[in-house]
Amino acid sequence: MVLDTAQLAEMLRAMILIREFDELAIKLRVAGKIYGAVHPYVGQEAVAVGVCSNLATTDRVTSTHRGHGHCIAKGADIRRMMAELFGRVDGYCKGRGGSMHIADFAVGMLGANGIVGGGLPIACGAALAAQLEEKGAVTVCFFGDGAAAEGEFHEALNIASVWKLPIVFVCENNQYAANNAVSVQHARVEIAAHAGAYDMPGVVADGNDVLAVRAATGLAVARARRGDGPSLLECKTYRWHFHAMRATPPPETRSADEIASWKSRDPIARLERHVLAGGALTAAEIAALRERVATDLDDAVAFAEASPFPDPKDLLVDMFAE
Amino acid sequence: MSQERAIREISFQKALDEAVAEEMRRDPRVFTMATDFTGDPVKEFGPTRVRFTPISESVLTGMGLGAAGCGFRPIVHWRMVTFSFVAMDQIVNQASKIRYMFGGQADFPVTYRCTTGGGIGLAAQHSQSPYSMWMHLAGLKIVLPSTPADAKGLLKSAIRDNNPVVSFECSRLAAVTGPVPDGDHLVPMGVADVKRAGTDVTIVGLAYYVHEALVVAEELAREGISAEVIDPRTLVPMDIETVWASVRKTGRVVIVDEAPATCSAASEIAALIVEDPETFRALRAPVRRVCAAPVPVPYSPTLEEAALPNRDGIKAAVYGVLKESLRQL
Repeated sequence: MVLDTAQLAEMLRAMILIREFDELAIKLRVAGKIYGAVHPYVGQEAVAVGVCSNLATTDRVTSTHRGHGHCIAKGADIRRMMAELFGRVDGYCKGRGGSMHIADFAVGMLGANGIVGGGLPIACGAALAAQLEEKGAVTVCFFGDGAAAEGEFHEALNIASVWKLPIVFVCENNQYAANNAVSVQHARVEIAAHAGAYDMPGVVADGNDVLAVRAATGLAVARARRGDGPSLLECKTYRWHFHAMRATPPPETRSADEIASWKSRDPIARLERHVLAGGALTAAEIAALRERVATDLDDAVAFAEASPFPDPKDLLVDMFAE
Repeated sequence: MSQERAIREISFQKALDEAVAEEMRRDPRVFTMATDFTGDPVKEFGPTRVRFTPISESVLTGMGLGAAGCGFRPIVHWRMVTFSFVAMDQIVNQASKIRYMFGGQADFPVTYRCTTGGGIGLAAQHSQSPYSMWMHLAGLKIVLPSTPADAKGLLKSAIRDNNPVVSFECSRLAAVTGPVPDGDHLVPMGVADVKRAGTDVTIVGLAYYVHEALVVAEELAREGISAEVIDPRTLVPMDIETVWASVRKTGRVVIVDEAPATCSAASEIAALIVEDPETFRALRAPVRRVCAAPVPVPYSPTLEEAALPNRDGIKAAVYGVLKESLRQL
């Protein structure tokens, strides 16, 4: 399916926003404006945007500790995301969750997760709900290459296949499980190969090419909507920054050549070249998109800073539903 | 027939099965997942709502949560509580925290069921009573009934509750029969039950040991000792007020449970008793716990009997608190 100009522009805007959001999050953490851990998604933007460009609000996703990109791509409000990072009452979780627990059930974003592999079972439950609802909704489960070494990954793929759940398992293979290379983590570095054991399609996509991710996901989503069951999509990509930071970014342990090689395949630059070459957008229009992202992020920070901190007297509120 | 409901004598297990069936009839969003089921619920509800599963406790536990967050009311049966340990991530990191850490934006009405307890020769792994591990997590409601009527009423309440609830169902009670009212019999969570009134000593029993405490209380009555037996029935939220009221009256308390004493439900009840100023001041003897020995439950009958609490131990503890209180006088 050929994308129109508006769709391409929106995908480019979302990718730029995701990158700038996390670059800003790093700065805010260093400045002590936000707390805890930051896991930047920079470099992987094509995966979240390419996948979610196939989804409606009624479709659901589960995310990971590196989840800001998935939130933005699924349509979450960056003002409420930022307020959550700032630990304020107008954050998505009223300051209870922070970066690793942002969720927006209203747009089908069922939560980031601080546990590697922890979202896979929850995603299967959402997919079972969709199957029981019979409205054609699908669930996308984002996880990393590290999660493929967890038992939950294998349990999830098996039951999803046995029950033909409408789910797409999207493995973002960013080459490192925390700080350990895929090659020392897995007997087979190709995560998609696991699909064969669970009798579902396993597809490898260039995770730095948003259009390739979009196309591959489209097929898997269509299969799920038809009731033909799950797929495993492996998007090969790379995180530009560290696995996680707290007060300061940790020292880089990967080779400079490796990083440079992946940066030369920048997914945003790639889409920009594509839209310029095809005449979909002009350089001025791309500059305007960047301008809008900058303005939106300024607005998000202002919103977050204006929001009050939670009142300690509300500590126990929301523990249990009525 | 008058307004009073008919009472039937049914087993603990049948009461639980009825609870699930009635709630599935009542609400189409309720479905259940397990590797096996008692009776033949598929016949009435079909394989879509009664789902036989792979042996995959972790994914089942998380699926219950995911489906609950999307508007369904799943019942996940782990079978023996021992198997739930395979799903610890989903219980500890996900189920007990998901509502709070997401700021209360969604409800997760999922019921987890499991059998619990020893005394039937299943040895170390399959004789555990780990409810206090779950109490510690703060985000799970926990029920632990001792009678068929409470089992049915509490499980129905659990299924209707909008939170993750763990229903611990004592293996030794499965075949025990008791009166259960006909119709929509509900027991609210968080309400303890005085199973026997008394004035000299309070015995707080859990699950199977409610019955043992009642037998001991009858024996003590013949000796002129009046024991009050309380069943908390729900461990989270705990109805400690009922326990306090009893202990303020009797001044003596023995807590009986088949979990080892360290960091147990019995520990928590003891702490809550002594932390309350009025109840503390009413105490006439130190609080006593009668719990399992701190060992994995052994297989051989002689060893298993030695490891778990028994009537003699309960009675000895009652004599002990009576003696202590006399010493203070």
